[in-house]
Amino acid sequence: MQGYTVTVAETGETFTCNQNEILLAAMRRTGKGPIQYGCFGGGCGVCKVKIISGDYQVVKKMSHAHVLAQNPTDGTVLACCVTPRGNITVSRV
Amino acid sequence: MALNSTLRPGLIQMRVLDLDKTLTFYKDILGLDEVARTTDGRVLLKGFDEFDHHSVSLRLADEAGVDLVAFKVDSPATLERLKTATEAFGYPVDEVAPNTDQPGFGKRYGFTICTGHRIELYAEVMLSPNGPMTHNPDPWVNAPRGMRAQRFDHCLLYGPNIAEAERYFTEVLGMFAPEVCNTPDGKRFATWLTSGNKPHDLAFVEYEKPGKIHHLGFLLQDWNDIGNAADWMAKYGVKRDVGPTRHAITRGQTIYFWEPSGNRIETYCGGYTAYPDNPQRTWDISEVGKGLFYYEGELIPTFLQVVT
Ligand code: FES
Ligand SMILES: [Fe+2]
Repeated sequence: MQGYTVTVAETGETFTCNQNEILLAAMRRTGKGPIQYGCFGGGCGVCKVKIISGDYQVVKKMSHAHVLAQNPTDGTVLACCVTPRGNITVSRV
Repeated sequence: MALNSTLRPGLIQMRVLDLDKTLTFYKDILGLDEVARTTDGRVLLKGFDEFDHHSVSLRLADEAGVDLVAFKVDSPATLERLKTATEAFGYPVDEVAPNTDQPGFGKRYGFTICTGHRIELYAEVMLSPNGPMTHNPDPWVNAPRGMRAQRFDHCLLYGPNIAEAERYFTEVLGMFAPEVCNTPDGKRFATWLTSGNKPHDLAFVEYEKPGKIHHLGFLLQDWNDIGNAADWMAKYGVKRDVGPTRHAITRGQTIYFWEPSGNRIETYCGGYTAYPDNPQRTWDISEVGKGLFYYEGELIPTFLQVVT
């Protein structure tokens, strides 16, 4: 299966996120990245990360308590609601 | 099982991010029945063993979390008395006219407590047309579905100054706290409050942000039904948080998970019989892991911090 490379900015570590795989699911599967996970539903906000480069898609509604817009321009997203559309770099928030 | 003129938490309104998915979850997996929809698109639900019109309202919103928790009291006279007492306690009270945003409900009095939560009181509510049988009754009218949740049972709210909230619910609503947890300097970290023999109708944990909810809890029959709930989670990929396990606090048996909008739900059974004249059980915060998860003996990291 085709996947995308996710790079963690702070550490330089990389892992693969499969096509259409939720970013948080890939973090949990590989044990890499800023892995804090909670509800997996876009509600609790503990999985908040910043995608500093690369294409991604928001596939689930993110609670405005944690992220102000559904397509935030600065890349701040809830990892349980997005999937990469290319290689991406993420950082902690 | 109420021993007091405050009967029970009878209604909770939750904000959900995805109404369709969350509703399907509530109906097909948790097993609640849809009662009605409001003109503004909210969906009203109840458990198969609940008599009143509805106990859960789901509202599509941009943020997950809780809008309000409403307590049923035993008479219109009690309702008026509690309104006056609530104002005397220091919370300004507003009135919601009968049969408006909560169809079937009589007049409600609402107010915001120190923890940032909207609490409401009401005395009258229509019976649901598909409530339990009362004459030569079978245990259920239609076979319970999914996790077989019987009724809305309790909720755990997070917010500041829970010591004051505990004072409100005990001094004004006449509830009592069978169990509490304190910090080393003697401050309240958590409190479990009940109006009757249930170990809790409502609980609070001290938290700096106001108006948060940790979970809402639904009653299951027994430990076998907790296993059945776990089967449904495994089969349908529900995000489980903790359990099946047992609380030392309340002694209930439990499993926690998240609905599709990220609000945590507990399905719960058992627990001790609470009496207001029994001594209060107290926990040190250092022991709260065991208190919450008796079999694991320690805290599960996501548990205390993840709220909506
Ligand atoms: S895990 Fe709760 S918002 Fe992502
Ligand atoms: Fe609970």
